[in-house]
Amino acid sequence: MAQQAGDRKSRWLVSGPPLLYLIFFFALPTLIMVLASFRSPGEFGGLTPLVGEDGVLDLNLESYARFFAESVYAEIFLKSVVIALVTTLICLLLAYPLALVIARSAKRRRDLLLLLVILPFWSNFLIRVYAWMIILGPQAALARGVNWLLALAGAEPVSLLFSPFAVLVCLVYVHLPFMVLPLYANLEKHDQALLDAAQDLGANGWQRFWRVTFPLSLPGVYAGAALVFIPALGIFAIPDILGGPNDSLIGNLIKQQFLETRDWPFGSVLSIVLTVAALGLAGLAAWVGRAGGGSGEAARRA
Amino acid sequence: MRKPSKWLWAAALSGYAFLYLPLAIVIVYSFNDSRLNAEWVGFTFDWYKKLFENDEMLAAAGNSLIIAVMTSVVSTVLGTMAGLALHRQRLRVLSVLVLTPIAIPEILMGVSLLIFFVLLNFTLGLVSVTLAHIAFCIGFVAIVVRSRLAGMDESLTEAARDCGATPAQAFRHVTLPLIMPGVFAGALMAFTLSIDDFVITFFTAGASTSTLPLQIYSMIKIAVTPEVNAVSTLLMLLTLAMIVAASRLSPEILEPSKETSS
Repeated sequence: MAQQAGDRKSRWLVSGPPLLYLIFFFALPTLIMVLASFRSPGEFGGLTPLVGEDGVLDLNLESYARFFAESVYAEIFLKSVVIALVTTLICLLLAYPLALVIARSAKRRRDLLLLLVILPFWSNFLIRVYAWMIILGPQAALARGVNWLLALAGAEPVSLLFSPFAVLVCLVYVHLPFMVLPLYANLEKHDQALLDAAQDLGANGWQRFWRVTFPLSLPGVYAGAALVFIPALGIFAIPDILGGPNDSLIGNLIKQQFLETRDWPFGSVLSIVLTVAALGLAGLAAWVGRAGGGSGEAARRA
Repeated sequence: MRKPSKWLWAAALSGYAFLYLPLAIVIVYSFNDSRLNAEWVGFTFDWYKKLFENDEMLAAAGNSLIIAVMTSVVSTVLGTMAGLALHRQRLRVLSVLVLTPIAIPEILMGVSLLIFFVLLNFTLGLVSVTLAHIAFCIGFVAIVVRSRLAGMDESLTEAARDCGATPAQAFRHVTLPLIMPGVFAGALMAFTLSIDDFVITFFTAGASTSTLPLQIYSMIKIAVTPEVNAVSTLLMLLTLAMIVAASRLSPEILEPSKETSS
């Protein structure tokens, strides 16, 4: 009895401090933001008092109404979703050969090959964005080469930097490791005997890939897609640094509401819409992935 | 084992080139004797010298170090506790609170903490940034520690308890030494995450406090200069050393995907 009480006390001693810290510095701020989305912006930024002078609780849906009423916000939001989806797709195309090579190379070499994919991810995010400023800059070899070719074809020179192209390339670059890791974790577990069986039955390389490897890897594909899509949807620094004035995404809109316009309620609405969309679409992918995983199980058993 | 074909290797190699070429360019141009990052002119250390004469940059580096050390210490203690709690007790609230900050878009945490600090009349600066960094690092440390615990033989702790050790003694003399590599790896990871963080710092630092990433951001918003290449190269070296050390201590940090895909 005494020991049980002691165990309970020591349990709270272990879980209590991190629990309290995260409630105070994560859950509470998030709740306050949700509440802020229903309030009115203060005259000089911030919020109007929660309880007005007339003693009535001042909560309203005005900021939500504004998001749905003005089509410009829906447009930027849709554009962000589309760009995040395209980023996810390109990442998948680039990540698949990498993950496959790592999963199929000798065990002692695997760790090194994996480390080489992860290391760039651990270098500073801004440095990786900055690198593309150099590569795509007007005086760099790439832009000069492209414009030389365009001149040959009689076309006007273009700027690679400060364009949607620059934003997309960098989004892919920054998120690629997120796609490789879950894909590799999945591919590594595949039973090679399945491929041998397919080969014995006369399947060629492509058929083996599309009928065996790819369907079995779907859970990894969906996990990677979620890991790329969620952060790609909320990014503001890449369009800020590499994009032109018309390349703003929802992240830039949020930043603007908090640091320039100082309209907290509307900024909160945008943040909530972003989170719901990101987690909603990722949740959908996970759900589809589980269904896909189920059929993968079936294939393994068959 | 099925060997990857030539074509597959070629595709993978271009993937690696795509990952490393941009970083290589940043490093190479940090030694280039030209203001323009456009073509190689000659070798120089000038940009590094300029860096150490730049007071703003040095102040920002100092701030970054203070924040990263404080974050690393506090989040390692709290994260280790969270890892233990997640492993031994099935506390759903805790696992949601520990893992959500990692899963949601970073900007959300940045803006909600900005509202929070301003409403509390808390001055934005070193302290607010540190408090914010700790909040997102706890989860990373907890995951490393938990996976270390999962690979540990729990019967050792039970044996200690059977021999009459109090929970505290069993932890101090049995569990802690066994998970120590994971704890150190978590600390190095938290340090790296903190010193590299841009988004959350951007919203919680206020106007008068700068860190290395914030300094880099304001410099590249104005112009591309080789000084940025130099500071980037140094920061990359530091991060590389940290991560290689952490992965030696605890190989599981290199496989964060196991968490998400299983």
